[in-house]
Amino acid sequence: MYYAKRIGQSVLVFFTALTVTFALYRMLPFGPVEMVKVQLMKQLLEQGQSPSAQQMRTINAMVKTYTGIDPSVPWYVSYYEYLRNIVLYQDFGRSIFKNKPVFDILYRAMPWSVFISIYGLALGTTVSLLFGAVMAYNEGSKFDTVMTFISIGNSTVPYYVVAILTLIIFSYNLGWFPSGGRMNPSTTPGLNLPFIVGIVKHAALPVFSAFVASFGGALAFRGNCIREMGEGYIRVARLRGISQGRIAIRYVGRNALLPVYTSIMMGIASVFGSSIILETIFNYPAMGLVTFNALMNRDYPLIMGSFIFFTIVTLLGILIADLTYGVIDPRVKGGNERETY
Amino acid sequence: MFTQTSNVPDPTVREKVERGFERRIYAPAAILVNDWRGFVGSVILLGFVLMGTVGIYVVPRPTVMEGPIFVPPFTDWDFPLGTGVMGESLFKQVVHATPAMLQMITAGALLSVVLGTVIGTVAGYRGGRTDSVLMMLTDTVLTIPGLVLIIVLATIYQPENPFVVGLILGIDNWPRLARTIRSQVLSIREEAFTEASRIMGLSDVHILRRDVVSNLMPYISVNFANSARRIIFESVALYFLGILPQSQLNWGVMMDDAYTNANLTNLNQIHWLLVPMALIILLSLGFILLAQGLDRVFNVRLRARHEKSASGGETS
Repeated sequence: MYYAKRIGQSVLVFFTALTVTFALYRMLPFGPVEMVKVQLMKQLLEQGQSPSAQQMRTINAMVKTYTGIDPSVPWYVSYYEYLRNIVLYQDFGRSIFKNKPVFDILYRAMPWSVFISIYGLALGTTVSLLFGAVMAYNEGSKFDTVMTFISIGNSTVPYYVVAILTLIIFSYNLGWFPSGGRMNPSTTPGLNLPFIVGIVKHAALPVFSAFVASFGGALAFRGNCIREMGEGYIRVARLRGISQGRIAIRYVGRNALLPVYTSIMMGIASVFGSSIILETIFNYPAMGLVTFNALMNRDYPLIMGSFIFFTIVTLLGILIADLTYGVIDPRVKGGNERETY
Repeated sequence: MFTQTSNVPDPTVREKVERGFERRIYAPAAILVNDWRGFVGSVILLGFVLMGTVGIYVVPRPTVMEGPIFVPPFTDWDFPLGTGVMGESLFKQVVHATPAMLQMITAGALLSVVLGTVIGTVAGYRGGRTDSVLMMLTDTVLTIPGLVLIIVLATIYQPENPFVVGLILGIDNWPRLARTIRSQVLSIREEAFTEASRIMGLSDVHILRRDVVSNLMPYISVNFANSARRIIFESVALYFLGILPQSQLNWGVMMDDAYTNANLTNLNQIHWLLVPMALIILLSLGFILLAQGLDRVFNVRLRARHEKSASGGETS
């Protein structure tokens, strides 16, 4: 029941995102379609002509080539067509600037984005949880103090500043890592060592920056662990002679994880979102950089398509995290028995 | 038995104001300043506010070629933070970029805190259908990758006004707060004092204001600081990438200029890039420290522990 509800909710979010993009693109005043249309009309008026029915048709046709949307069709019809094309045919339109189907461009770029984001996120979460736990167990020690300072420092320095600085130091000055691209052009793609080394080298700095971006739950986890450690049932467990390791992992760790879980999930959304910034800085050709170039060229079908793609990837990530979360927290399967006032 | 009332004189307006001032402003401020984090944080933020209000009138606007190019910082006191490739004083640029930053932060943080608090409290307190509808909305906005949405919005509409930029950046922030607030409200509504107010027949608005929101203040204040920090980060990133219009002086724009125009392997030019970065870090440090200080002000348990440890642990 819970799973069905959860999946249903994701589908709903997906359609909301589609509607939002459509509205942004099509309905709002000063949206791209409106803008192009107004611009063309103005040109016509400046030439001293009042737009006749014939000219309106040419304007509409031009708007269609510029934006991929025909303004003469009423909005509900194009909304229906928009949804139908995406859901049934995975057709996100054609990129105006690259003149290729949006789906193909994004589908090729996506694995690379997921690659660096997932590694960064997984590393960041694991390391911050580990550090948080160790800090809680050695509360007040030197390690605790130093790590608290580092964690606060980490939340003060934006991840892209770290990205820019690492790029300047390790790539421009020391030359240890390449400053752009995602693979070594002189190697042949496939399962061979030079190619893999090239990929790792190109991904190292972006992954490190994504790691910095997602490292931040340590202090929260530390606090939760400390609070759990003061609870009565931990003392009871100790009196029962349960081993330290088991108490640390099964009792404290698991119960302390529940409150920070939401922030981990939200980390998924923000890590995928921040890939636009990271990939642009590292010149790493994946979804983020494609989106950035589309933004700079005002390639609206591609922009909208990549927004939907980002939403899908985030939705999937959160859904997977959520469905596996039942393993940690048995309560998620049914917690709606609250009375209402 | 209860019909007898004692004749306590009604406080005069003046007394009320004095008492209110003492309780609401003086006491919290004293605690805040006594905590070193709160103190440093307030000093930093006050400094930025002064820079953004008084500073822009004291410090003249930066002009091109007012000094030699690439003066390193802290060497020539005509140019305290050095100059860039056009010989503009970095210090003047920094000062004149501050008001826009502050406006952006205020607009964005206020939007996210107000929306988050209202939606979170209403959802948590009412429960039932209101709760599910509001939480569905929150979850939807939460799942949509906010930064991407912001970037798309910013590109399409090209906002110039810092307030509008702040509001757009605030869109991404409120769902988090609404979620935390809701879960807090869920536990507060089960507490004895809320139960008591309900049995006494006090109105919902009264309970929400006096019992619920007053207990949420630590979360609200901490989250105000957090959203402020996120807005600084995001806005600077968007200006740095050139996604937001570059017409206004901003630390992100400064970073962008430095990144494209300075020789990044030359240590004599790198300060141009480091100065705005340092300011961003300083400003967000101010907000974080202030948040931690405010935590002390509002969090009674922490405060009690704090006072106890200060007085040697004898008052137990």
